[in-house]
Amino acid sequence: MTPPPPLGLIAELTHRCPLQCPYCSNPLDLERAAAELDTATWLRVLDQAAEIGVLQVHLTGGEPLARRDCSELVAHASANGLYTNLITSGVTLDDRAMAALLAAGIDHIQLSFQDVVASENDRFGASPNAFAKKQAAAARIRQAGLPLTLNFVIHRANAGRVPQMIAMAEALGADRTEIAHVQYYGWGLVNRAALLPTLDQLHAATEAVDDARARLSGRMVIDYVVPDYHAARPKACMGGWAQRFMNISPAGRAMPCHAAETLPGFTFPSVRDVPLSDIWNSSDAFLRFRGTAWMKEPCRSCDRREVDWGGCRCQAFALLGDTHATDPACELSPDHGVMQAAVTESEGAAGAYVFRKPRKDVVLS
Amino acid sequence: MNPVPRLSPGHKFRLDRVRGAWVLLGPERMFVPDEHATEVLKLIDGQRDVAAIVADLAARFNAPSEAIRIDVDAMLADLSARGAVRL
Repeated sequence: MTPPPPLGLIAELTHRCPLQCPYCSNPLDLERAAAELDTATWLRVLDQAAEIGVLQVHLTGGEPLARRDCSELVAHASANGLYTNLITSGVTLDDRAMAALLAAGIDHIQLSFQDVVASENDRFGASPNAFAKKQAAAARIRQAGLPLTLNFVIHRANAGRVPQMIAMAEALGADRTEIAHVQYYGWGLVNRAALLPTLDQLHAATEAVDDARARLSGRMVIDYVVPDYHAARPKACMGGWAQRFMNISPAGRAMPCHAAETLPGFTFPSVRDVPLSDIWNSSDAFLRFRGTAWMKEPCRSCDRREVDWGGCRCQAFALLGDTHATDPACELSPDHGVMQAAVTESEGAAGAYVFRKPRKDVVLS
Repeated sequence: MNPVPRLSPGHKFRLDRVRGAWVLLGPERMFVPDEHATEVLKLIDGQRDVAAIVADLAARFNAPSEAIRIDVDAMLADLSARGAVRL
């Protein structure tokens, strides 16, 4: 049976980035520029995406603007009727880049901030003056008449400033704000002990979001992503394995999510030689955890099995070493205790971070 | 209150030929409206006010405009709360 077509294509154009955030969700083994897909291949991928029913393309990275063909890809996606979304750090979004994106027909830009405090923003991205550049990028996006989303990643060191983050989003004219707690994969998992918020911090952040949503209803959308570690139920990761999204790595490997390469026993098909329709409909990698047939107990008989789809496969493997296990974020998992153990371990842990870096780790405190 | 509804910034309402369905696409979100919402969304052009939208639907579907007005108001309030429509 042919599955419903994917809704979104996540195009990870590159792992190169001017920032080095210690919670980066890119893999620890960052892809080199020389391994990246060329422009012609990306153009073909975008054609195939539109043919099979993809509606939205999310151009991300790394920093997608590090690719000189970024606006060319936007233009091609747009000409194919795809909704184009650029996910950027904004530090290289100068007048020229903005004009090129606008001419290409970009639909929406998501701009990340690491904090509302300039010095903290620049410290977390390990990038001097990044805050000022991001402010300028926000102004350019609004001046161009484009809708703007601000994204803030939340962790122990900035969780108390959610109200100020939302106030800044209002001041910059954002239509949408993402308050997204760190997801503990890649570099985030490496730095988990230093990043995890306390339960009290989480409650305060949630309350700040609820207050702002009530106040800004009809004017600004606020999307909120919570950390798994204080949860009772797992997230429906990616809306279910291979049910909504196809993610293409910088080197062209197609995966149901950007972290899937951490899973053992997979050969992810390459868009260099396999058409997207075959990847989506019949590749082993996409079929493996699609639906519910793969599940073990307690997922198999759970009445929420088609709500959260067993949670996250990458988290089950990273924390339990079992790709088929119930995500331990679920309180029904026999291994749910590993989440509380991580919270306990993080209490009192020093705020020393391993910053994302291609070759050598830079540790700052 | 007789506002002129318009799609929120960054939102596009279009027919998806692969699925044969109308879809409302926005910043990192999408809606697949039911047939009633689809008829309302087709009439949102930044020109028509709610009364004009209701009059159009009442005429085409041969239904009492009071009842349609209640449905349209509820639908627009919901789309507004979800950030897809500005009133």
